[in-house]
Parts: sequence; structure tokens; C-alpha cells
Amino acid sequence: MSTATATATATPPAGKARAKASDRSRAENRLGQKLVAPAVVVMLLVTAWPMIQAIYLSLFRYRLTTPDDKSFVGLSNYLTVLTDPLFWQDTLNTVIIMVVTVAVELVIGFAFAMVMHRIVFARGAIRTSILIPYGIITVVSAYAWQFAFSLNNGFVNAWFAWLPWISPETNWFGSHWPAMFAIMVSEIWKTTPFMALLLLAGLSQVSEDMIEAAEVDGATWWQRLWKVILPNMRAAIMVAVLFRALDAFRIFDNIFVMTRGAQDTESSSFLTYRQVIAQFQLGLGSALSVLLFLTVLLLAWLIVKLFRVDLAQARGEA
Amino acid sequence: MPRARRSIAVSAALMTAAGLLAACSASANEGKTELVWYINPDSGGQAKVAANCSTDSYTITTQVLPQDANEQRIQLARRLAANDSGIDIMSIDPPFTAEFANAGFLAPLPQDLQDKLKEQSFKGATDAATWDGQMVVAPFWSNTQVLWYRKSFVEKAGIDMGQPVTWDQIIDAAAQNGGKVAVQANKYEGYVVWINALISGAGGELATDTEKGLDMKLEIDSDAGEAAAKVIEKLAHSAAAPADLSVAQEGQAGATFGGPQGAFMVNWTYIYNNYEGTDPGFNKDIGYTRYPQTVEGEDSRPPYGGIGLGVSAYSDHVDDAMAAVECITSPENQEVNAEITGNMPASQAGYAANGDALQKTYPADLLQLFQDSLDNAAPRTVTPYWSDISGGIQSTWHPASGVSSSTPATSQTFIDNVLHGRSLL
Repeated sequence: MSTATATATATPPAGKARAKASDRSRAENRLGQKLVAPAVVVMLLVTAWPMIQAIYLSLFRYRLTTPDDKSFVGLSNYLTVLTDPLFWQDTLNTVIIMVVTVAVELVIGFAFAMVMHRIVFARGAIRTSILIPYGIITVVSAYAWQFAFSLNNGFVNAWFAWLPWISPETNWFGSHWPAMFAIMVSEIWKTTPFMALLLLAGLSQVSEDMIEAAEVDGATWWQRLWKVILPNMRAAIMVAVLFRALDAFRIFDNIFVMTRGAQDTESSSFLTYRQVIAQFQLGLGSALSVLLFLTVLLLAWLIVKLFRVDLAQARGEA
Repeated sequence: MPRARRSIAVSAALMTAAGLLAACSASANEGKTELVWYINPDSGGQAKVAANCSTDSYTITTQVLPQDANEQRIQLARRLAANDSGIDIMSIDPPFTAEFANAGFLAPLPQDLQDKLKEQSFKGATDAATWDGQMVVAPFWSNTQVLWYRKSFVEKAGIDMGQPVTWDQIIDAAAQNGGKVAVQANKYEGYVVWINALISGAGGELATDTEKGLDMKLEIDSDAGEAAAKVIEKLAHSAAAPADLSVAQEGQAGATFGGPQGAFMVNWTYIYNNYEGTDPGFNKDIGYTRYPQTVEGEDSRPPYGGIGLGVSAYSDHVDDAMAAVECITSPENQEVNAEITGNMPASQAGYAANGDALQKTYPADLLQLFQDSLDNAAPRTVTPYWSDISGGIQSTWHPASGVSSSTPATSQTFIDNVLHGRSLL
């Protein structure tokens, strides 16, 4: 596939560049390392320490309201979690929400990015209005959509009553799939602008010369999109998908506001929240957080592998 | 120039510090203790009582907790677990009393205050406030549910509401006459209130031997549990079920009842105050009677709700807080709160306090019904593990349309697994 696409060939593979590093660039690297060292130390203090604490806690049976019962249980919390159908049900829900919302957002977001990129009149106004949903707090947008889908005072039932499966009595939060649909709609509405923004950054990096050259060579609009624009945006698309997928995998607010996890709409984060915050089960909850963290790491690794993008190259470094 | 800038900065810093110090000493000069009372949201009753009970030596200020009972529990428990001295008095929902007391979050009430409260409070209120033989919170207000009905509807349907009615009867009557039976069946504490009332009404209990902690005896899988499941299954599959049954809380139930298809509703005492503001004259159509029977011929056990006041074990002013609690829970202040919020007093004396002021807002027979219902109310099981039981019931009994004769057994096994750390809740 790569032979048929017109990727920019100006950037040599990163490995080669590193091998040829001069004394000067090595010195610059050392200075760079010294400059970031304080930040790394602070990061370790504020992120690594809580993580170690969570791993430690996950080995105990420990409940905040019965502190005297704290006992070391080894890996049994992990065993409880991994053999529990609720954990797998919630993981499945989370994966469904992530895949569907990111896929839909990618398509709509790309269309928005094209509009923002190509628009010639009222550019500022149109770009701003596309970005408005992203400026709204997730909890507020979740409430707005909950009211929209509400049986008692929502407009969705009234507007779409002409569809055969929607009636004025349709209770969107009354069963699993309609509730999941409502949650996903609110998530898509809220975060598509973010996706569009990231894609716009990628789009503006695609050289106009290449597109013009392709046009001169007789490529149709569709061919220019698939053979020139998209391959050259691969790094930007990867970043957009990575950010959104990891965000979507940690979905919480919408579910908390719209269903409180009823109708089996819980996500992994919601399950963790309930164990730690609502049940005060610090041990079990920490085990869940550790698993959630590992899953997110795995996802990030998979996405980076899938897009075969070198992150250094994605940042435009040679 | 830099020097001038530095002196400006120094003097600005000094001024800020001086201002802060002045603010500190101003409050110290008054020499008054501030007691912070964490209250559940209401329409101003508790704030009024706080003002009534502030004295020359302390002022009671209120902080509002979240709307949801479970969220109130979370916020209080997390602060108390961190030994937060910023809480002095708290309004605690009865099902979480045992958990707080067992965790050592509550300062013990002095024996004379306990005796006084036992003397004045309804039996249901005392039961719900007692853990391990000690009264651990002071009953402030006591709520119960009654069966509300629309007089015009029962007239049309031709039912005699003078006799005790069963759930079967009201569901059938509503279904046959195009009415709805409004209940609370969202996935939340209120749904467990309903289930507990149904099981108690059939002579059962959710759990016994609660002093054994985790090894208490769960009794959901019983004849009473099955009778409860039968009622819920029947309503959920009947034409009398409101369309929003699976998300209905008190407010939604109230809206269904006030709507064109409103027929019957079980709901708390305060709902009586809800309609006159927006729909003057509506109250004339409201009838009320004792909570419906689960099993015909067996007395119903209405739900018990309310608020008990606890004093934080980590408060710096425990003695002042105890004095404040004694004042707040006096029959007179219970009445003041009831008049403003519709949350009824926890004592007989509260109903008669302040020259029978409550009788002016509520019909006498309704006040009598509230008191009779409270005398027969079935509090939720008093155990430190209530949140596990309640959460387990919510997971297995929701939505109501999924309840069947096997639900009680599934529910019991699940809760047992949750209690012993074998299942995630």
C-alpha cells in the first residue's frame, strides 16, 4: 500500500538520524535531559507514588468503614475481579462505547475538519460554532441530553415519533440498547469538535503542492482524498484516534448523569468508582484501577502499533 | 525601578497578610463557637431550626449535602474517615446509621439525652436510631408513606377505600379503568424502600441476626420475598404501570399521580404539599389511606424514612453539639421543621407542639394516618452492611419488568457473595 501512496519522503527514518548524531546534538540532548529532569521528578512524585499506593492497596481486603478488618489477601482481589461476570460485562460496554463513538467521531470530525479547512467566508464564526459543544462541560451536556431523551419533558420522542420504533411513550433509559444509544449520542456530540480540531491540524500540514500535482495528473477528488490527503495525515489521525480512544475508554460523566449505571450501562471507570467511592472497598477498587490502567496502556500500545507511526516523526522531528 | 517595584510588592504582601489576620481576629473576637451542621437539602426547615437553636455561646451554621441519600452517605463517610473536624452535627438517613456508628464515626449520646429521646420518639424512629443496644443518633423527623389516591378515580372505579386495600386490588382497579399506579422503581434507594415494605408487609424481613455482621441471616429467599416479587411483577406487566416505571423516583411518581392518568401512588408525607402551588384546588381530589397490603388480611408495614442527628466523633465541640442536638430535636423545633418542609416530627409531642400549628396545614385525619403508619412502620434492616444489601437488591431487582419468582433466590445468593467478597457489586 505504501508504494501506491504519495507520502512525503523528505524525512529519513529516525534510527538513521540518531546514528549520525554529532557531538553538538549529543550535547544538546544532555542539556535537554537536565532541563526536563525537575519536571520528571515532580511527575514521579505526583503520579508514580499514587500508582504504587494503589498497587499496594489492591493486595488487601480493606474497607473504609470497617478499618479494623484490614487484611492481606494477596492477589485474591484480582481473582475476584477477573472471574466476575460484571467486570466483563462492563468492559464489553466500555469497548462498545469506545469503538462506536470513536468511529462515528472520526467520520463526522473529518467532515468538520474539511469544512473548517476549506471554508472561505465567515471562517472564524463557523470554526467557533463547530467548537462550541467541546466548550461545554460534560456533565452539563449529559444533563441536556438526558432531558432531550427524557420521557416526561424531552423533545426526541416528539420530533422522531414518525419513526416506526419511536412513540411518545418510548422510555430511552428503560432498557439497555436505547440507553447506550443515548449515552453514545451525548458523547459523540460533545467530543466530535475535539476530533475535528486534531484532524484540522493534520489537514493543514498536507502540502497543497502535492494535492495540486495529483490534480494535474488527473486524480479524481476521491483519489486525492484516499491517496494523498489521508496517507499524509496518518500521524494526525493516529494522535486523534489515540486521544479519543483513551478518553472514551475512561467514560464516566455521561453514564453517571444519564443512567447511574442502570440497565447494565456501566463502564469500567464507573465500576471502579462504585467500588472505591460508593462501597468504600479500597482493596477491590484499587485492583480495578490497576487493571484499568493496564488496559489503557495496552490500548495505547495497540493503537500506536496499528498506525505504524513513529511518535517522533508525528511531532515533526527528524 | 526594580527597587520601587520590590517595595510595592512587599507592601502589597503586608497589606494582604494584615487583612487576613484582621479577618481571623475579628471572628476570634466574637468568641463564639461555630457549629457546622451538614443537612440534607430541604426547603429551609433545618436552617430555620439552626437559627432557633443558636445561643450566646455558639452559632449553628448549615452546609447542604447532595440530594441523593447515597451521595450524602458517601460525602459524610469520606470526610469522617479522614477525621475531618469541620463537621459537628450531621443529618443522617436511617439506613446508614449503623454503618456510621459501627465505624466509630459518631460520638456517643449522653445517657440522659438517650433516655429523653427514647421517651419522646415513635417506636419506629427509636428502632432505626439504635445500634448495638445504644441510641446512636437523635431522631429529628420521621417520614412514612401512605397510599394516595384520586377521589374522582376511585369513585369512577367503584372501590371502597374505607377498607384496607391490597396491591392486587389497586393494580387491577387502575388497569381496568385506565389509571396508573405510581411507585418508586428507579435503580436507587427508594426502590429498596418499596421492596422492604412489600417483604415486611408479607411478614418477612430482609435479614435477621444482624449482630453477626457479615454472617447475618439473609431472608429474601422466602415466602415473603416471593410475595413481594409477585406484586412487582404484576405491576410491571400491567396496564397500570407508568411508562417511566424503571426511572421513577418520588418526583416522577408525583408527576404521574398529578397527570391525567393519575390514580394511585405510594409516596412520602411531604408530597401532599406539592400540588397546591401549581394546581390550586388539586388537593381536594386527593384521598389517602394506609399503605396497601402485600397479602390480603395481613396488616401492611409502611416504609420508614426520616433523619437522625449524629454528632461527629472528630468534632472539636462535642458538648456544645450535644446541647444543640437536644434543642434541635425538641418537639417544638420538630414542628417548626415539619411546617416548613412537610417532613413530619419524630415524636407524638411534635405533632401537638406550638399550639397545634400543624393541624392548620394538614387535615386532622391525615396527621392521624401519618402517626398510625409510623407506629406500624418497618424500618430497613439495621446493619453496618446496609449499602451492600441495598446495592445487591438494586442490581438484581431492577428493572421491575425483569422481576420474576426466581428473583428473591438470585438476589439472596448475589448479596451473600457480595458480603463475602466473592462478587463485585
